[in-house]
Amino acid sequence: MYRYDKYDQAMVDTRVEEFRDQVRRRLEGKLDDDQFKPLRLKNGLYLQLHAYMLRVAIPYGTLNSAQMRALGAIARKYDRGYGHFTTRQNIQYNWIKLAEAPDLFADLAKVEMHAIQTSGESIRNISSDQYAGAAADELIDPRPWCEMLRQMTTFMPEFSYLPRKFKIAVIASAEDRAALRWHDFALRIVQNASGEIGFEVYAGGGMGRTPFIAYRIREFLPTSQLFSYLQAVLRVWNRHARRDNIHKQRMKILVHDLGQEEFTRQVEEAFEHFLSLAEDFPQAEYDRIAAYFAPPPFEQGLSDEIDLSDPAFAAWVDRQVIAHKAPGYAIANISLKPVGGIPGDISADQMDVVADLAERYSFDELRATHAQNLVLPHVRKADLHAVWQALVEAGLADANLDLVSDIIACPGLDYCSLANARSIPVAQKIAERFADPARQADVGELKIKISGCINACGHHHAGNIGILGVDRKGSESYQLLLGGSGDEVTTQAKIAGPGFDEDGIVDAVERAVEQYRTIREPGERFIDTYRRVGMDGFKEAIYG
Amino acid sequence: MAEPGNQAFPTSLRFRDDAAADEPSVSLDAFLDQGEADSVRIEAGEDVTVLFPHLDRVRLIEVDFPRFRDGRGFSTARMLREAGYTGELKATGDVLVDLIFFMRRCGFDSFAPDKPFDPADAEAALSRWDHVYVPAADDRVPIWKLRHG
Amino acid sequence: MRILTGNDLKTGAVTWWTGYDWSIHVEDAVDAGDQADAILAREAAACRVNNPYAIDGEKAPDGSVRPAHIKDRIRALGPTVRPDLTLKPADPDARNWVI
Repeated sequence: MYRYDKYDQAMVDTRVEEFRDQVRRRLEGKLDDDQFKPLRLKNGLYLQLHAYMLRVAIPYGTLNSAQMRALGAIARKYDRGYGHFTTRQNIQYNWIKLAEAPDLFADLAKVEMHAIQTSGESIRNISSDQYAGAAADELIDPRPWCEMLRQMTTFMPEFSYLPRKFKIAVIASAEDRAALRWHDFALRIVQNASGEIGFEVYAGGGMGRTPFIAYRIREFLPTSQLFSYLQAVLRVWNRHARRDNIHKQRMKILVHDLGQEEFTRQVEEAFEHFLSLAEDFPQAEYDRIAAYFAPPPFEQGLSDEIDLSDPAFAAWVDRQVIAHKAPGYAIANISLKPVGGIPGDISADQMDVVADLAERYSFDELRATHAQNLVLPHVRKADLHAVWQALVEAGLADANLDLVSDIIACPGLDYCSLANARSIPVAQKIAERFADPARQADVGELKIKISGCINACGHHHAGNIGILGVDRKGSESYQLLLGGSGDEVTTQAKIAGPGFDEDGIVDAVERAVEQYRTIREPGERFIDTYRRVGMDGFKEAIYG
Repeated sequence: MAEPGNQAFPTSLRFRDDAAADEPSVSLDAFLDQGEADSVRIEAGEDVTVLFPHLDRVRLIEVDFPRFRDGRGFSTARMLREAGYTGELKATGDVLVDLIFFMRRCGFDSFAPDKPFDPADAEAALSRWDHVYVPAADDRVPIWKLRHG
Repeated sequence: MRILTGNDLKTGAVTWWTGYDWSIHVEDAVDAGDQADAILAREAAACRVNNPYAIDGEKAPDGSVRPAHIKDRIRALGPTVRPDLTLKPADPDARNWVI
């Protein structure tokens, strides 16, 4: 994986000192909250319900054992012994003190991490395929391009105050594991007819209160022109987006208002201009970064046999382990969704366990997924049993990847000042309702996603079953949505009907699941059945 | 709370050696109508490209930031520099001292903020960064070039 | 009744106006009545509390203060899903007070 050189380290270290100075001015009263807020937000520091919340960037979801241990140490030293993995492959701490934040940032910088641009009106952490570098179906490893983008989007002077946040994803496979088209700007790495590598470009996607699925605005962008093209997109948006209504300032609204064709025309015009400035990065820079992502030294001649005589281990392998591109190796998913637990939460002690496993069994590499789970990307099949045993001891061996209890949930009203309703208790009750592993296995792949408000951090628009918490005359209410997905088909979930209270929504989910079981055809997942029969095939079963 | 204005901080900051324009700036519409003024003021949201044919007779362009959250002026400034404008480019309005390094990089060479900067804060903001990741309207060399000579 | 709340500038902790100072315990909150705006203006300028604001509260039969909206009751206690991290980890009834 990528390692900082002296320049990267200097950038992050300087940022720490800049923020230390800004915190000092705030505490001395030289900055009021209005002035300080944008500064702390550009460093990932929110003020939430109970305290300051800090979102630390995990660039494209990749981290090593030293970084994971540092995240655990930070949880103990500055927080309350745990962290929360987010739907953008980041980690959040919920109980940070402003006066201590600069020291925390200094600790992060020691392990080449930061919280730069993880919030505010800025270009956020680049997301990617959690199996990058390990997946059998990828064209190339997308992460060198993610890292190129990380550096080129860190402190872009012209885009110091974008109209809203801007989210980028990059993948390099046909199967979409990163919800590509739900991003403002997304790249799929492709090969053209002459064998040249380039980008298929999507723009204008996003969730929130006005969801849009991104359009493809370019079939093929030569990789060497990425910086010019990205600047063109950003300039068109920065100049022409509305500035009078914060809810209508995301790029998806501009793309929608102008229309795909006109937006694309303006981007192409600006692109020509930027190309004429001849400011794109040299190929040598890509080569330098790509070298960090060379495949690890996989052992040759390993057996693909796994001893599955232990049924609990076999069940875990069946659910959590994915095919790897190297013979004798596997991708092992670690569930952060124990039944009754808090989706994405992990204790500092568990972070240490996972760090140890990565160091010992996975070439020191870990991944965070947008579904709030973790991945050991490169495990020898012969080591899977030892990994599993360690996970069992740490309470991390749930076998529910992509099942009904593998629920994405935002922090909701338990933590978030924007939320209208709690998300976590709903996730817990649904998981408990379907706790029986046999029942979960029978239901099969079913992606439930819960947001506590229309900002959609819990991705409810992309849920096979989506749940949206709303405030109904001062009490919590939940809307049920069906049919969303973040995969390569990408569909937006639709509202099924009137809302429910907390227990009612759990019952409604169960009725939807039972209806699927009743009408499914052999081999159909929940989403397949929904796509075949539509909302009409479910509505009566849910509402009677 | 300390009010910087009370401490008699300078109301403007200028990084040019030439004499400042002595006429007050006029609106973009007035500038295009009259054809005499040499100082023009661009409000957020106005299309700066209409000024491009006239840049050789302009000495001062003021770009207004109605709220610090409105970042359109950053693009306005950089586009003016890319179009070859070499006169004074002044940021006015709700300008945060913490953003002036990026403003300098976009081509601004003078500042007249609503709330005057503490000179020490401005100096710190401008001298803090030894390196930059990307090129802009200034002559700073991006890290990706430094790495490869 | 109108009660005043905010988050402590340095720690971010939820605080309540007690009539002369700020407390992390909602039990200490008082009705600011028609003084609310004046106190808020003064306290915002004092820079101890981030953006203090007024909310509706009600007086329970036992005389204790209860914020009218669930969001503020969660702020007052802590996350309902982590009773161990709330201000009343040992009180089994605390959750019922919130919901």
